[in-house]
Amino acid sequence: MVAATARVIEDAAVAAAPRRGAALEIHDVSHQFALDGAPLPVLERLSLDVAPGEFVALLGPSGCGKSTLLRLVAGLEPPTAGRLAVDGVPIAGPDPSRVVVFQDPTLYPWRTVWNNAALGLEARGLLRSRRGRVDEALRLVGLSGFAKAYPHQLSGGMAQRAALARALVNDPSLLILDEPLGKLDSLTRITMQGELVALWQRSGFTTLLVTHDVEEALFLATRVIVLSDRPARIKAEVVNERPYPRHRGDPHLARLRHEVLAHLGLDATW
Amino acid sequence: MSTSTLDGAAPSALRLLPSGEAVRWLAGGLLASAAWLGLSALLRFWPDKPDADWAYTGQLAAVALAFALALLLATVASPWLLPLQRVRRVAPWLTLIALFLSVWEIATAKLALLPMPFFPPPPALLEVLVDDWPRLGESVLASFRLLAGGYLIGATVGFTAGVAIGWSRAVGYWIHPILRFIGPLPATAWLPLAFFVFPSSWSASTFLIALATGFPVTVLTWSGVASVNSTYYDVARTVGASRRFLVRKVAIPAAMPYVFVGLFMGLGNSFAVLVVAEMLGVKAGLGWYLQWAQGWAAYANMYAALLIMALACSGLITLLFRLRDRLLSWQKGLVRW
Repeated sequence: MVAATARVIEDAAVAAAPRRGAALEIHDVSHQFALDGAPLPVLERLSLDVAPGEFVALLGPSGCGKSTLLRLVAGLEPPTAGRLAVDGVPIAGPDPSRVVVFQDPTLYPWRTVWNNAALGLEARGLLRSRRGRVDEALRLVGLSGFAKAYPHQLSGGMAQRAALARALVNDPSLLILDEPLGKLDSLTRITMQGELVALWQRSGFTTLLVTHDVEEALFLATRVIVLSDRPARIKAEVVNERPYPRHRGDPHLARLRHEVLAHLGLDATW
Repeated sequence: MSTSTLDGAAPSALRLLPSGEAVRWLAGGLLASAAWLGLSALLRFWPDKPDADWAYTGQLAAVALAFALALLLATVASPWLLPLQRVRRVAPWLTLIALFLSVWEIATAKLALLPMPFFPPPPALLEVLVDDWPRLGESVLASFRLLAGGYLIGATVGFTAGVAIGWSRAVGYWIHPILRFIGPLPATAWLPLAFFVFPSSWSASTFLIALATGFPVTVLTWSGVASVNSTYYDVARTVGASRRFLVRKVAIPAAMPYVFVGLFMGLGNSFAVLVVAEMLGVKAGLGWYLQWAQGWAAYANMYAALLIMALACSGLITLLFRLRDRLLSWQKGLVRW
């Protein structure tokens, strides 16, 4: 897989010109659910600006509302209050330029890997003219040989790669990752973290990652936002200026990890 | 499929022969052949009970003999001819069938243990199949035409209604109570009403078959659409899918396994309604033939019609399962029919 990553980076020079990432603006957003009739506040007056091409990780305890924030950014739900905008345009609904990769790959079991990856193009009637994009996306995630396989024939890591290809086909300017590596075994995880960085560097899209893995957040992101317990507020912001490729053993990352864990109140054991 | 591995082993099939499994297979085939040979001998050489000399006994003996020889040939040739290896699998069943026919023949024609005319011997069935096949064939065709019309209408309407209820709250509001009220009522209960409301018994029966098919198809399609993983919709929506796309390319394919359960149940229901409708009003078809045969105390005809009916119904269900296997090949752990 290291070889695959290297090939991905080489491809960057050959393939389509990198797109500029989108700027994301989250302004004073609050959100609540109705739980048995009573309102359950999930997000509270949250504001965050993400610059084009940034890789921002949202880190917080589970159930704190990180995933809800992503659903708002994706346009799957409107916020109870506040404003979300991409490149200055308010988010009114889902858009293929903002694609989500969910924690479960949620591939359609009745479609082959190729047809799953082609979903976005097919939905927008572009499949005929852009078939090559599907092949290219599958090549990028290292699944060219599995184009005709069905999801039940794939391992967890391969399924998540296919889900990633399904997102990349749409040439997103903002990639929204909802714990995409959360259910993978640790070795596959490490491999795919490297691949994610390579993809992001190559394509130049803005990335918003939700995770509860401190190490993952620091290894991948340029900025880590630490969220509080529900209702989620921004507790701290840790900027990580380490250049890529990063090394897991980097003492600077270890220091940052201690800092982040302190914000989460978990530094006692470190 | 295990045949692909057998294909690979074809050139060395001879080497497989001495193994325990091959010997067992060979013995099974020979036993089946012997059982049919026994049936043939029984028919030919044991004279029927006096005053009950059944026609076609000699012919059935010839058929059994031919079958025994074919079986013997297939068993011996099966190591070289791969399609024949199916014979090995069905040999125990063929043996049992031959034994059953023998017992039946002995209990009826040879010893007259069972009362006549309710239990005719096997040659009588052969006689019906050979002499009355035009009428039987016509009946099969008539039944099939009636069933196909009703079933296709019922399945189409049921599928459409199921998708609509599963997808749209407004449609569900209006159709759901009707479905709950009318659905559980057996379609045959409408029979007296349908026969005078509809212009012909044929259209009445088509309606009833459609009704019997439509209910399970609607309910199962509906629950299939309702149980689609909601993240499937999220995924499609984030990549730009329209509502139409969500229904056609997400909801319906995801619901297909349920739809096929509904189609299967609907097919079973439709057989029941078909036979009752043909017995009570329609003047054609296998149901009518059964009724007619019983009226004339032609019990051999009745058994022959039952046999054909069982084969036809089973064949249709097999067809449905084949279709499902093709369409849902992506699914794991399908029940084989």
